[in-house]
Parts: sequence; C-alpha cells; structure tokens
Amino acid sequence: MTTSLRTVDISRRRFVIGAAAGVSGVAIGLQLPFAKTRASQQPLINDEINAWVVIHDDERVVIRVARSEMGQGTLTGLVQMVAEELECDWANVSWEFPTPGQSLARGRPWGNFMTGGSRGIRNSHDYVREGGALARELLIAAAAQGWSVPAVECRARDGIITHQPTGKTTTFGAVAATAASLTPPDKVTLKDPKDWRLIGKPLARLDTVDKVTGKLRYGADLKLPGMLHAAIHACPVHGGKRVDFDAATAAKMPGVHTILPVGDDAVAVVADSWWQAKQALDKVVIQWDTGKNGNVDSAAIYAMLKEGLNADDVFVGHSRGKAAAVLANAREVMSQEYSYPFQNHAPMEPMNATVVWTEERCEAWVPTQNGESALEALADAAGLFRDKCEVHKLILGGGFGRRAHHDFLVQATEIAKAIPGTPVKLLWSREEDQRRGVYHPITRCRLSASVNDEGLPEALHVRISGQSILHALRPALGEPQIDTAVFQTLAPEGEHAFLYGIDNFLADHAMRNTHLRPWFWRGVNANQNVFYVESFIDELAKNNSADPLDYRRRLLKDQPKALAVLERAAQNAGWGRELPAGSGLGLAVCKAFDSYVAACAEVAVIDGKLHMKKIWAATDPGYAVNPQQIEAQVAGSFVYGLSAALHGELTLKNGQVEQQNFHTYPSLKIAEMPAVEVDVMPSGGFWGGVGEPTIAVGAPAVLNAVYAATGVRIRHLPVKEQALT
Amino acid sequence: MVVLAINGKRIEVNVDPTTPLLWVLRDHLDMTGTKYGCGIAQCGACTIHLDGLATRCCVLPVSAAVGKAITTIEGLSDDGLHPVQQAWVELDTPQCGYCQPGMIMAAAALLAETSNPTDADIDKGITNICRCGTFPRVRAGIHRAAQLAVEVKA
Repeated sequence: MTTSLRTVDISRRRFVIGAAAGVSGVAIGLQLPFAKTRASQQPLINDEINAWVVIHDDERVVIRVARSEMGQGTLTGLVQMVAEELECDWANVSWEFPTPGQSLARGRPWGNFMTGGSRGIRNSHDYVREGGALARELLIAAAAQGWSVPAVECRARDGIITHQPTGKTTTFGAVAATAASLTPPDKVTLKDPKDWRLIGKPLARLDTVDKVTGKLRYGADLKLPGMLHAAIHACPVHGGKRVDFDAATAAKMPGVHTILPVGDDAVAVVADSWWQAKQALDKVVIQWDTGKNGNVDSAAIYAMLKEGLNADDVFVGHSRGKAAAVLANAREVMSQEYSYPFQNHAPMEPMNATVVWTEERCEAWVPTQNGESALEALADAAGLFRDKCEVHKLILGGGFGRRAHHDFLVQATEIAKAIPGTPVKLLWSREEDQRRGVYHPITRCRLSASVNDEGLPEALHVRISGQSILHALRPALGEPQIDTAVFQTLAPEGEHAFLYGIDNFLADHAMRNTHLRPWFWRGVNANQNVFYVESFIDELAKNNSADPLDYRRRLLKDQPKALAVLERAAQNAGWGRELPAGSGLGLAVCKAFDSYVAACAEVAVIDGKLHMKKIWAATDPGYAVNPQQIEAQVAGSFVYGLSAALHGELTLKNGQVEQQNFHTYPSLKIAEMPAVEVDVMPSGGFWGGVGEPTIAVGAPAVLNAVYAATGVRIRHLPVKEQALT
Repeated sequence: MVVLAINGKRIEVNVDPTTPLLWVLRDHLDMTGTKYGCGIAQCGACTIHLDGLATRCCVLPVSAAVGKAITTIEGLSDDGLHPVQQAWVELDTPQCGYCQPGMIMAAAALLAETSNPTDADIDKGITNICRCGTFPRVRAGIHRAAQLAVEVKA
C-alpha cells in the first residue's frame, strides 16, 4: 500500500490512513452506500491463523491488538507478548486493531477492549500470550503434517520451523494456509519467564515513524469522501439546557449546510470546513437555562468540602485497630488539611468523532479508550442494533481517561442522523474541551495522627471530603453508595493497598458531589491521596525530629517491595548529601495499580521561584515488558502530574469552568521540566501497571523537597502563585 | 483565490483570505500533519516554518502567508530523514504523537538558527505543550539531531 495522503479507493472498499510501508496502518472498511452483508460475515483478512495472528505467505506477521494506543505504548508491549509465544521474526511484525463489531460477531476472542486503569497489559498478559502460543502450535502442527512427522519433534524460532531430528526447515509463511485450517489444541503451556526473548527487551515502538513524518491520521485528521465538518457548543453549565437559538445570521455564512439542536443542551453547525462551521457557530445566539447549577461558584464548593471534613455521614473504606478512640484519648493530636482541585484531561487532540448514518447502518471512526463501549454508545444514539453498527478505532492523540467517556460520539451520531448517508466529523474546539470535560474529582482531606514514644504514628485518621467518580457512574442507584475507588492507596489490601504499618488506621469519605462531572483522570484518586499522605508523613517526621527516609523505613518494615523502590530512589539521589542553601530533597512512595513506585526530587528555590532540578524514580511493576517504554511513561507521568500540581486548576463562576484554554490552564513546559532518571526494577512474580502510578509520587516528592529547601509547606494544590519563601 | 508556496510547490486555493493558514492546510489541502491543539497559539501543535521561522499558524490569516515560503511537516524532508526526525525515531520520542509534528518543526527551526543549542537555548526555543510528557526525549533528541546534522555534513 502506498503512503500518499488521502488514499481513498472506494472501488476496493478499503481505505487506509497514514499507513507506512512496513508498519501496519489502520485498515478501514468503508462502504458507501453500505452493503447488505454484515462485515462480520466476511473474514477481515484471509490469512488468519487465529484471532490474534495473521501470517502472509511472504512471511509478514500481523498481530491484532484490542486495547487502544494513546501514547502509553501498550500496543507495542502487547504485540511483543504475542510475538514472544509465537516465535516469529520480530522484524516481520506489524499490527492492526480488530473492530468491536468483529469482536461482537466472533464471541469476544480478544477479550476486553477497555484501555484504562493501567490495565492494558496487567489484565491481559495471560490470554494475549496464549493467543500467540496457540498460533505457534498450529504452525508447528501444519509443518509436521507436511513432513509426516510428530509435532513434538519440531520447534519454531524466528519464524522458522525445524524438524529437529533431520534438520529440515520451513517457514511460517509456507505453512500458514494449512495451519489456518487445523483445529487448535485445547491448551498450551506458556513459556517460563526466564526463557523470554522479547518480553523485557527495550524494543522500539511500532508506531513511531508515522508520528514523526506527520503521516499518521488521528481522528481529528480523518477525511472521508463527501464528508462535512461540524462544530458544537453545549451549555457551559453542566446540567443546563438549551432553551432556544437564533441562527439567522449564521445560516447565511459561507459553507454552512445545517444548523441544528443536539440533545437538550447543545447546538451544532455543519459546514464544508471546520473553520467555517466554527465561525458560524460563534454567530449563533443561544439561550440557556442554566438552572440552579448556574449559581455555583468555587467558594460554594469550598464550603461544602469544608463541611464534609466534620460530617458524621461517612463511608468507611479502611478501618483497623481503634483509630478514633486512640486519637480521642491522645495527649496530642497533629492535624492538617490538604486539598486537590478539579483538573481537565486536556489531551492534545481535542474530542472528535466521524459518523455516517443511514436507516440500515451506522459506522463511526473514533479515537476511543474503549471500542466496545463506543459501539454501545453509537448503537444507542443511532437507534440501531449493535450488529448494524461498527466502530473503527484510531490511534489517540492522548487519552488520560477522557476518551473512555463518549459524550462527543453521541453528539456526532445525532448530527450524522440529521444528514443520512453523509459522513460528518465533529471536532470540539479547545474551549469546548475545557468547558465540557469530565474532570478529576475535587477533594479536601484532613489527616490527624497521634504518635507513640518513638515518634511513630500510633493512630492515623484520613478523612476525605469530596466527589465520587463511581457515584457519578451510577446515578440510577439514587442514594449514594460507598465508592471504594475513593480509597485508592488507602485500601486494606490489593492493587491500591495502604503501605504503612500503623496499628490504628481509619480512612473515611464524606461524599460531597458537585454538578461538574467527575471522571477517571490518569492516576485517578491515587493522585491526591498520595499527595495527602506522603506530605503528612513528612510533616510527622519533621515534628518528631526524624529523617524523612528513616521515618518511612520504620513504617515500611513489612513492605519489602515498597521499601526497595524507596531506598533505590533515595540512594540514586544521594539522600543525605550536602546541598546548597535553598535546595532540598524530597521523597514519596506508594503502591498503585499493583506497582510499587517511589520518587526522590531535588529542587532549588531561588528568589521565591521553584526550580525542579532532577527526579530519581524507581518502579517495580513485577514484570517489565518494555523497559524503555516504562521509562517514557514514568518521565511522562511527572509532566502530567506536575502540570496539575504546579499550574492546573479549574475554578467555577456562575456554574461554568473559568479556564477555557491553555493560557489559563497551563501545562508544564520543557524549561520547567526536571531531569528524570528512572530505575526500572522488576522483581518478578506479579504484573503491575505502569502508565499511572508515578503521577501520584511526583507532587509530594517535589513539595517535600520544597519544604526541605525552604521550610514552606504547600498543602493546597496547585502551587501557582503561593509564596515559597 | 490565494496563491501559496508550500513545500516548494505553488498552490492555488479558493478560500476566504482571513481563514487561518492551519485550516487551509488541514481542510482545504488535506495536509493534516499540522495539528489543531488550541487555536490561540499557546500549544504549538500547529507550528510550521514561514520563511524558515517557526510560526504558529492557527492564528495566522492565510493572506499573511502569501509570498512567503511555507514548510510543513510533510515537506520538512523528502524521506522523513531530517536529522530531527532521525533523532526522534532513534530515541522513540513520541508517545501519543499528536504534538510531535509541531514539536519537530519547532526543533528544526531552532537548529537552523542555532546549530548546537545548549539546554538553555532549548528551554527558550521550545515552548510547545506535550501532555504525554516527552520532554526528556525531546531535549535529548535535539542534542542528537545537532550531532546527526554535523555527521551528515562531514
């Protein structure tokens, strides 16, 4: 396939976006008008060995990946895992996304499409590897059959099958067609980790080349034949409604096709180009009914969260010992309040979806973190059964959780329904993305502790007051239910277990919801909880004249893996070394998404200005599939987490988000970026996530370092203009 | 009718002259390597070269580009082998990649002006936003590209 822009060949009913030779692109079945046959009745590619592996007779290997690629590198990691068991030649490997429609029609052979919670690899490592192993067994069986020898005498390596007693060889490509016709074995044994040859190697990503030449087509770049462009403006107050709109001026503007209401809270303009649509949209006069939410401002939310700190109606997420009683009887209780603001995901590619609808069929091209739920959202909005719909996944220009929510797809589908048979691409403006986000929840926290004779906490109470993401997901339940995710990194056990050995511990939550929709934001609730706890532990250490590293060591005696990453980060940073005046080191550690992570930050505060010099990070994800990608995720986590901690904050006025673009919602720049040194230290035996946990340790490590440098303790994020001297 | 010089070619396009160059490239000419990120020249995803200078074209009326040499990511090199692109591939710099064409154009312009930039030059010259956080490899990539450019000349 050539790589020229806009390769559209309707006659072949195949449309390829930005595919470079040697790197698989995104093959898209576009049918205009739709054929009567269902896509699922035709195999996607004829040379498939099984659902996971396609092998062409020229030895090219295509591996299918169901999870989305949004920069986190899971695509390459998952392909590595299939290829590990397949025993193919890595140089011949490319990839493709199966569609959710194919998954539905075939009984979900690829499992879950959901890409979030740092689960891409850790929740699919077994069946993904099995897919590769089963394909390998079929290829070996096909070769053995051709030679009339027992399959056990043959082995596969680098795409070549060898009959060991005779030394005869053949290739995957030569036996692929036969292999595809054989019945797979019921089960296979996966390789022992010590025999891995691809897993654990810092292989280059499979999606880099098209990203540096500009050839890769993201959803925002999609162009279909006859496609129109849509811009949209929804009520800037969440929950508000559209009352009326006057489109008289806008309708006369150049390029405008249609101006239409969307849902009960938005107006869209469809035009020849997006710029024309946007210009016209700005001239549409819309009347909103913002309802009671129109009176909400940040001060009201602050008051609500403050009240929650003293409330009695709480959910208990973790209780051991008798924290409340111990604190009530303690001679002295140390107590501090912290807070974490609303954040927007703000991926660089604004929300978009392209949809074509007819009464018989509806297809969408969507950058989504969950192809399957996108298909459900599409079918609902299209008014068609799911088997009459299809979602074509594209590589995402950032996700961070935002693209697991499909409000933009529902809008695009409604618009497309108004123009049957014509593809319409809806693209949100950056302002729309800021105003109509689903946001990092806002919370406030009070931590209270009493200490024993050694100065270590004998009791700790963590009271969280604020939003619940899970509650927003299940409003149908009516009365609020406990949200266990609120207690990430404070949990009694599991992927987000609280680490410190404190006999009397209580974590509870006063649920205080606002009209801004809370959502999963990279790192989720670990972000604020680790900031709260790791800052407060530092305060306790200081209050008890202890070294922050030594203090944590004493509390982590029963947590060898956590202790190991903490010690490594501190050691790499040269903890304890002499530093110039105004400089300091700070630590943080946690277990999140099943991985153990730590950071040690060095900062200097000069004339009240923060300079982040360097962060030494240590990560134990159990198994490290691609260390160079882990390194990239850890370094990137600091950018995302510290953008929030230093600059990011959404405030509300008249119920609306005030920060409408990057000038008021700034992101970290390269000039502010500390050097990052990442120690990937997989200890084996478990599978931890990589994309998110490190976000949580960035802010407390830096702000503990700020304290060490200046004696100034920042308890409320973002740092913004707060004085550091 | 507006006449533009894009990547060494003369291109005529029938468009309102107040349209930002970004949208002429993307919607009228289907050159989508140049990205929309913010529309207010804050993020740098739309960076192109205008007479060799890094320019954020989301706020640049197309009329202001008439008579100037426009270079986009598609025209930065014939074969994707500009030293910056080579360095980016070598270091696997992109994550989601959406900001990278703009980042690469900004880096290429910096290197054209300062063949061996210091970290301070990079801090000053690269102000693009990358939410994935590729900055360590962007910095390393610029240094590496400076080296590669010397090797090519030698």
